[in-house]
Amino acid sequence: MAGKPKLYYFNGRGKMESIRWLLAAAGVEFEEEFLETREQYEKLLQGGSLLFQQVPMVEIDGMKMVQTRAILSYIAAKYNLYGKDLKERALIDMYVGGTDDLMGFILVFPFLSAEDKEKQRAVIVQKATSRYFPAYEKVLKDHGQDFLVGNNFSWADVHLFEAILMVEEKKSDVLSGFPQLQAFKARISSIPTIKKFLEPGSQRKPVSDDKYVETVRRVLRMYYDIKAN
Amino acid sequence: MSGKPRLTYCNGRGRMEPVRWLLAAAGVEFEENFLETREQYEKLIKDGVLMFQQVPLVEIDGMKMVQTRAILSYIAGKYNLYGKDLKERALIDMYVEGITDLMQMILMFPFSPPEAKEKNLDSIKERATNRYFPVFEKVLKQHGQDFLVGNKFSWADVQLIEAILAVEEKIPAVLSGFPQLQAFKIRTSNMPTIKKFLQPGSPRKPPPDERYVETVLKIFKK
Repeated sequence: MAGKPKLYYFNGRGKMESIRWLLAAAGVEFEEEFLETREQYEKLLQGGSLLFQQVPMVEIDGMKMVQTRAILSYIAAKYNLYGKDLKERALIDMYVGGTDDLMGFILVFPFLSAEDKEKQRAVIVQKATSRYFPAYEKVLKDHGQDFLVGNNFSWADVHLFEAILMVEEKKSDVLSGFPQLQAFKARISSIPTIKKFLEPGSQRKPVSDDKYVETVRRVLRMYYDIKAN
Repeated sequence: MSGKPRLTYCNGRGRMEPVRWLLAAAGVEFEENFLETREQYEKLIKDGVLMFQQVPLVEIDGMKMVQTRAILSYIAGKYNLYGKDLKERALIDMYVEGITDLMQMILMFPFSPPEAKEKNLDSIKERATNRYFPVFEKVLKQHGQDFLVGNKFSWADVQLIEAILAVEEKIPAVLSGFPQLQAFKIRTSNMPTIKKFLQPGSPRKPPPDERYVETVLKIFKK
């Protein structure tokens, strides 16, 4: 039995991608088991591995953890990416809450009809440029530091970086009004663990395609009828 | 200016209710600023106090906190309701997140169209009885302790009692297959701070009615 965390999810981004990012940023190697069939999922259910019958599930330190936010908080704390005290943790939690809401608009995107995808793309860009990016731009501008919280690399930076890249995939010039975020993006990209995760061959997953959507629907027997926000 | 936390939200449960529960459970007095008009909301945005232009907002310890989970985690951490170590925190987080998923269904319920309400009520009942309540029933049965995590009162217990009461308002007999949860409910309701919060005149808000829905839609309409 390896000491490495083991991730149970589909072979795609979904809710597990933020976990992959955080482990990678912390320099932690991990294994993955990809759900491809309904039978695999039912076996996990019957084995009692999924506390609320859902994935993501991560086996880590003798626990079978579920609930993305719980998993991320645990990893952040364990690898010192959660600030130095309660107040820094509060800031990190606030910032992550925002990027989580933003990435939530993107999470549903692959499941939408072609027509709804165009509507949703506009929603994503509008939310990013009028609500979320300005907030982080201001944080960075106000303190002039390299990282969002406490002048130290944290979960908040990893999460924001992930969100920026995902929004850019929907509109490549979306950072054009945000010089602080552009500089932030360049800085974070060059951190060794992040740089490694961005290279081909890493465990980073590509943008979800129809095959991914079909697999999720088939395995979970859900998400057939998702509408744009 | 008092040292008390100050909550800004509509005069109703919504996303602020778990915060009221947790502060009350911790024995912490707080003030409330109720949003009644769109103008009040727009002023908050203009004043730059809402990081993502959203409420809940809780002013606490010099911070203007938004994002419900962040607020709750801070309160839990500050008032020792977050377990004794990282692993207990992980359990509390898992349980709280699961309960929050159930509460989300209840949160959205008043805003669903009339023709969807019966179906949504069935979904709440199904999830509560098949997915969420069995988990906590089992946790309590397996360790035989009074509280969900670490034999000590925590945020997870507060969240669970809130959820049990909220579901019971919709489905009165929902705990009938769950003896551990019935006992948990009685025990937890009798804790002094919880008991006080359950009494009339406390900051606890009533179930959402049409007037509450109207107010929310009026203030936050896109």
